[in-house]
Amino acid sequence: MEVLVATSVGVMTTCGVYLVLRASTFPVVVGLTLFSYAVNVFLFSMGRLKVGAPAVIDPAADSYADPLPQALVLTAIVIAFAMTAFVIVLALKARDELGNDHVDGLGGNLSDDEGREA
Amino acid sequence: MNFLSYALPIAVLLPFLGAVVVALSARFHRAAPAWGAALAAFSALLVLIPAMPKILAGETLIQSWSWIPNVGLDFAFRLDGLSLLFTLMILVIGLLVILYAGYYLSAKDSKARFFSFLLLFMGAMLGVVLSENLLLLMIFWELTALSSFLLISFWQHREDARHGARMALAVTGMGGLALLGGVLMLGQIVGSYNLTEVLAAGDKIRAHDWYLPTLILILIGAFTKSAQFPFHFWLPRAMAAPTPVSSYLHSATMVKAGIFLMARFFPVLSGTSEWMWIVGTAGMLTLLLGAFIALFQHDLKGLLAYSTISHLGLITLLFGLGTPLAAVAALFHTINHATFKASLFMVAGIIDHETGSRDMRKLNGLMKYMPHVSILAIIAAAAMAGVPLLNGFLSKEMFFDQAVVASGASSWALAIPVLATLGATFSVAYSLRFIHDVFFNGEPVDLPRVPHAPPRYMRIPVDFLVIICLGVGMLPALTVGPLLASAAEATIQGKTPYYSLAIWHGFNIPLLMSFLALVGGIMVYIFRRRLFAWNEKYVAHVDAQIAYNGFLRWVIGIARAITRWFDRGSLQDTLAWTLSAAGLLAVAGFVSMDAPLFGDRELMNFDPVALIAFGGLMLASVLTVVMHRQRMISLIMLGVVGLLVSLGFSKFSAPDLALTQLSVEIVTVVLLMLALFFLPQSSVSISSLWRQLRDVILAVGLGTGAALLTMAVLTRDLSPISAYFLENSVSGGGGTNVVNVILVDFRAFDTLGEIVVLSIAGLGIVALLRKINLHAAVTDLEGRRWNTDAHPLILQNLSRLLFPLMLLIAAFVFLRGHNLPGGGFIAGLIAALAIVLQYLGNGIEWTSARIRTDMHKVIAAGLFFALATGLVSILFGYPFLTSAFTYLKWPIVGKFEVASAMIFDLGVFLVVVGATVMILVELGKVNLLQATPRNRLKGDS
Amino acid sequence: MTHWIILPVLLPLIGGLLQLVVRNFGLSLQRVLGLFLAGGLVALGIKILMLAQAGDTLVYELGNWPAPFGIALVLDRLSAMMVLLTSVLALAALWYASVMRVDEKGSHFHVLFQLQLFGLNGAFLTGDVFNLFVFFEVLLLASYGLLLHGSGAARTRAGLHYVVINLIGSALFLFAVGALYGAVGTLNIADMAQKVAAAPAERSGLIAAAGLLLLVVFALKAAMFPLYLWLPRAYANASAPVAAFFAIMTKVGVYAIIRVHGTVFGEEAGELAGLHMPWLLAGGLVTLVLAALGVMAARGLREQVAYLVLASVATLLAAIGLNRTEALAAGLYYLLHSTLLAGAFFLLADLIRRSRGAASDRFDTVARIQDGRWLGIGFFFAAVALAGLPPMSGFIGKIMILNAAMEHPWRWLVLTCTLSASLLIMVALVRSGSFLFFRPQEMALGEADQSGEPPKRAALWIIGSLLVTAPLLVLFAGGVMEFTTETATQLQEVPKYIEAVLEKPLTAGAR
Repeated sequence: MEVLVATSVGVMTTCGVYLVLRASTFPVVVGLTLFSYAVNVFLFSMGRLKVGAPAVIDPAADSYADPLPQALVLTAIVIAFAMTAFVIVLALKARDELGNDHVDGLGGNLSDDEGREA
Repeated sequence: MNFLSYALPIAVLLPFLGAVVVALSARFHRAAPAWGAALAAFSALLVLIPAMPKILAGETLIQSWSWIPNVGLDFAFRLDGLSLLFTLMILVIGLLVILYAGYYLSAKDSKARFFSFLLLFMGAMLGVVLSENLLLLMIFWELTALSSFLLISFWQHREDARHGARMALAVTGMGGLALLGGVLMLGQIVGSYNLTEVLAAGDKIRAHDWYLPTLILILIGAFTKSAQFPFHFWLPRAMAAPTPVSSYLHSATMVKAGIFLMARFFPVLSGTSEWMWIVGTAGMLTLLLGAFIALFQHDLKGLLAYSTISHLGLITLLFGLGTPLAAVAALFHTINHATFKASLFMVAGIIDHETGSRDMRKLNGLMKYMPHVSILAIIAAAAMAGVPLLNGFLSKEMFFDQAVVASGASSWALAIPVLATLGATFSVAYSLRFIHDVFFNGEPVDLPRVPHAPPRYMRIPVDFLVIICLGVGMLPALTVGPLLASAAEATIQGKTPYYSLAIWHGFNIPLLMSFLALVGGIMVYIFRRRLFAWNEKYVAHVDAQIAYNGFLRWVIGIARAITRWFDRGSLQDTLAWTLSAAGLLAVAGFVSMDAPLFGDRELMNFDPVALIAFGGLMLASVLTVVMHRQRMISLIMLGVVGLLVSLGFSKFSAPDLALTQLSVEIVTVVLLMLALFFLPQSSVSISSLWRQLRDVILAVGLGTGAALLTMAVLTRDLSPISAYFLENSVSGGGGTNVVNVILVDFRAFDTLGEIVVLSIAGLGIVALLRKINLHAAVTDLEGRRWNTDAHPLILQNLSRLLFPLMLLIAAFVFLRGHNLPGGGFIAGLIAALAIVLQYLGNGIEWTSARIRTDMHKVIAAGLFFALATGLVSILFGYPFLTSAFTYLKWPIVGKFEVASAMIFDLGVFLVVVGATVMILVELGKVNLLQATPRNRLKGDS
Repeated sequence: MTHWIILPVLLPLIGGLLQLVVRNFGLSLQRVLGLFLAGGLVALGIKILMLAQAGDTLVYELGNWPAPFGIALVLDRLSAMMVLLTSVLALAALWYASVMRVDEKGSHFHVLFQLQLFGLNGAFLTGDVFNLFVFFEVLLLASYGLLLHGSGAARTRAGLHYVVINLIGSALFLFAVGALYGAVGTLNIADMAQKVAAAPAERSGLIAAAGLLLLVVFALKAAMFPLYLWLPRAYANASAPVAAFFAIMTKVGVYAIIRVHGTVFGEEAGELAGLHMPWLLAGGLVTLVLAALGVMAARGLREQVAYLVLASVATLLAAIGLNRTEALAAGLYYLLHSTLLAGAFFLLADLIRRSRGAASDRFDTVARIQDGRWLGIGFFFAAVALAGLPPMSGFIGKIMILNAAMEHPWRWLVLTCTLSASLLIMVALVRSGSFLFFRPQEMALGEADQSGEPPKRAALWIIGSLLVTAPLLVLFAGGVMEFTTETATQLQEVPKYIEAVLEKPLTAGAR
């Protein structure tokens, strides 16, 4: 079973990384999300895998899954969500400022000026 | 005399102080700067006078304070014969230059600026010659470079001034850094940076393996400063400086700093064949080169500059010979050169000032216009040529004498006296040219101004210097004798062998050489026309400066090329570098340890459900990639992945995670869909095949790495700190759902930070969407128009129906959170979804009419609750975020049990709701504003 | 028991909340409030520095849970120094932003600024790896907001790159932390150090991999080769006060390396000891050379200053990589110098840019600089200081580091790289200086572009007060160096740190 989890972490990482390396913003965002899934699963599995032993105190239960990684992953998920939201909106902003959705804004006005601020 | 124990630092710091005063003094009176400068220099001189007798008697005065002991940098000064000699040159000639410059500078020039720069330089120079600590010396050394940069570029509107200044700083600065390296090594060898120790450690240094590198680095420092071949080329360019600067820096002081350095380190570095070869060769080449080129200069200052170079070469060569007497001769010539060259520069300045030209082809027969100055110039030039009864003659005789002595060493060395005479011949020739061309030789040719005699005070410094030339030339023993003796003793660090400063040593080889030089020089001058022609034809265009400029351009080109190649501003490259670095270092770390990759913990066996689930997960991930050009599809695939991940979480007994993942998933997908509305529906492949290959390799490599890392951990046992949480969750945290207790109690601080992150995201997005100007695609990929009915009826009713229900669920999930799966996050996300659904179903206007609260307030409230719960515990004298549950021991407040954690969780809930809704709604608003398609197709039109 | 330790973290958070509440009552109120908060933070910084000066490591156990189970804040000389440094820089940046009205160019500037401080101080004070991650996220997200404050094409592009790269960095961070937890089962730095030292040899490979992965994450923040590519454009295009404030951001990465790697892979870590050192030294030197070339290649002043920041960080990394107390002490001295001076230089560059009108900060002589006297003097100071020339702090820092390097086997390499880099930087700065300030004769007549705005007095004062630290750092170099040496020594006494965190909690364990 561990092998299964490890492989899927690997696959998700691979796909995430490949998408992150694309040239337009949307795939990059999707890739980042995928990458963060991989991270979450990895982090989660660091507490080792247990079936049917949720970390909810119960006299009947004989063993519990490691609750700490779960808490960490929960934090990580929410942070990842915040980041994804920010970066996707930034992608829109870039589309507006640079005129296209290439990550380097090719074709956009790239002179290092202060834009609207100056 | 208490203050005398501070005399040296005071003397050094006075000019710096003066520089500041002078800079501000201009507004009081036009002449104030000059007077201020003179005063500073003069008082520095006064401060030192009381110490002089002892020094002349051969004592050494050291005044030292600790500054940065950890590095061995002391605020330490040293006055001995050598430093006294240079100090006097710096201050006396400095005073004369100040007087001179007061009249030289025109009304346009800012005197305040000039004199404060001049004082800066003077102070730096004093620091160099008076430092006892080598690191301190380095500080002043670099300061001379900086201040001379300011002085040379004084007329900054002139291109040649700017360029000359830059070059001088670049070359001498390079030397300074080399010297720094050498000094550091020296300090390492000796174990101290104080000259006293260093001078005592001569044998140790010469024996050390680092001797040669140290020597070379230090000599680079000295040679660059003293314009020795091949670093000589900056000096002529520095002549763009105002003439007072040239006569001060480029004859008397700064160029002598290198000489001073060689004198300083003479006892510890000299006496080896390396020293003899390097220093001797450089000196000889410079001597000849300078003398030769000087002859062909048409610019007065150019001639003087090259002659300076050649005389510096002569001094260097003397040090190179390495004998004590040679050192004495070197010091003697240093004094003499300073006097006659400074005066000659001043004369050049006067001529320039009064005639408006420095071109010797135009300047002729000035004798009858400015007789007094002409006489002075002739005497000084004669001294330069080494004519008897003048100081230049004496030191040159000593030089010849040493050359002859050295020639005994080997058959090679026979060349030394010959070349020396050759050099002397040329110096006679150019001196003769200086005299004859300028002051005689017919009438001046179309000069800008009618020549006339200079103001009296501009002449006085020259008078003074020329008198010294004569005085030293005729009565050497009386005049410079004691000073030279003490200087020599300090240089050699021992008893100086016998030498006589008499004028007449009888008929001997040196005298013969002088005679030959004199005659030869005259001959050369007579036959100069042919030489000039030849020079024009072959030599004139050879110029080290051109090489320098080329080199500089080359360096800049290289810099540009490398920088633009590596830092080309491509996100893809940057990411590729980052990711590969991560992969490589991780591998490197593992390999460096030779430990097994996997452990021996026995693993769970497969079960079909999981197999299918994870199979699907991987498949969906791959499809996300394969489909990434049809963005909607790949987005859906992403959703599937997220769904399966949350399934996986629930499978491996993490219900909270499953719930969170699920709700986050939904929100994310909604978000991405909203965004996709403004982005191209499909991405055309831009990456080349090779690029894609690179990416695939990189991706697969990292994926494999991640998988292996996972396995490496999962195949090993773990004894984590978590046992503690399981034990204390109920008793200490008051909740049975350990994960939730960790979030709101054990590690509540993380959660606090996390909701801050969420809030910032919300605010940041608001800031980003301000003034944003987007256009939506009108049709989907197949060109069908989007459904014009923004809010279909079913969705409308459904959403309104669901709203209360979902809020109810949220409340329920929130309340059970502490003991069963659930809690603030999940509840918050569900509530947020409920609200967002309203927007989707009923549109912005309808909804915002009903939900009036500004989400900023919700976020603020959430943060406030979370923060407040933490702060309350401080009021009770407990650490921040101590949960109220712990108060069970105190019956009074006991009834509050669990409450605080719940309030904290409420804060979390509010922030999640606030931020999520804010993000989605802000985006939705843009959506609304832009929904009417416009043809402003920026970029992709 | 003292709550001083947490206050530097709480104050900005409360401040951020306040700024959020008062955001509708006008910028002037926000400015005053912000400056008050920043001032208060400086005072707090001084206070905790005095606490730390007593010499022992102070621990604050949040939620009253004993370390390593709860999250503990740890205050020692280094963290105190960083907090104070940050607050000083923040005060200057915020003041400048208020004077030049930069904050009105976008929304929520003051909220983001406070929360950025929250993140920074949290990162400097926490003793827990995952908590460090959380605070990294806080300060990063806040920095995204600040960097993008005020829009503009180049800025948005730089921002996009900065954000995406750091998101990758965060993901790698979690990989590394996760792997470490998976290997030794703890998150508290002190506890981790203990467990790593005690870990069975068969796990060393795993731990080393995780450790170096974490190094990559921190090196990305610290901008070490080849991970610095995000820096030049991000810094060159941020609005001036933000760029100035960001001078501390790279130092966060450096701090994290000193703190986490220095503790976990310290002397006691057996075969894992000093795992990261050679990488730091090599990476630092390569970065230094490339940065110097970048300084030379720069076409505008702000780009050049960005590369100067890079060079200073590189020097810092190399100093740490030398792995000697003296070098670390020198490095910390250099850290103080480079942070404050870089901050000043960014602000100065902004004034110069504004005063040159259309020519902005490009290196050409077409522009007539408005009222350039003080700008010129300031530039000369800053350039001398950052080029590492006397009599400024840069030179002292440089000779301290080189002096410490002379006993390292790589001394020749260090010497060559450092000195040649200094030369390149000096030449480049002289060139740019003469381009910016020396006017050809015909320009002096002034038919040049006059559209520049003369610098504001107040702005000049702010910059001056930052610049003056350079001579001060020289004057009191002895004292400062003594402090940094104590700091470095304390950092290398890992057992004491572990004992302080794990055995003697500051608060009486109530349970």
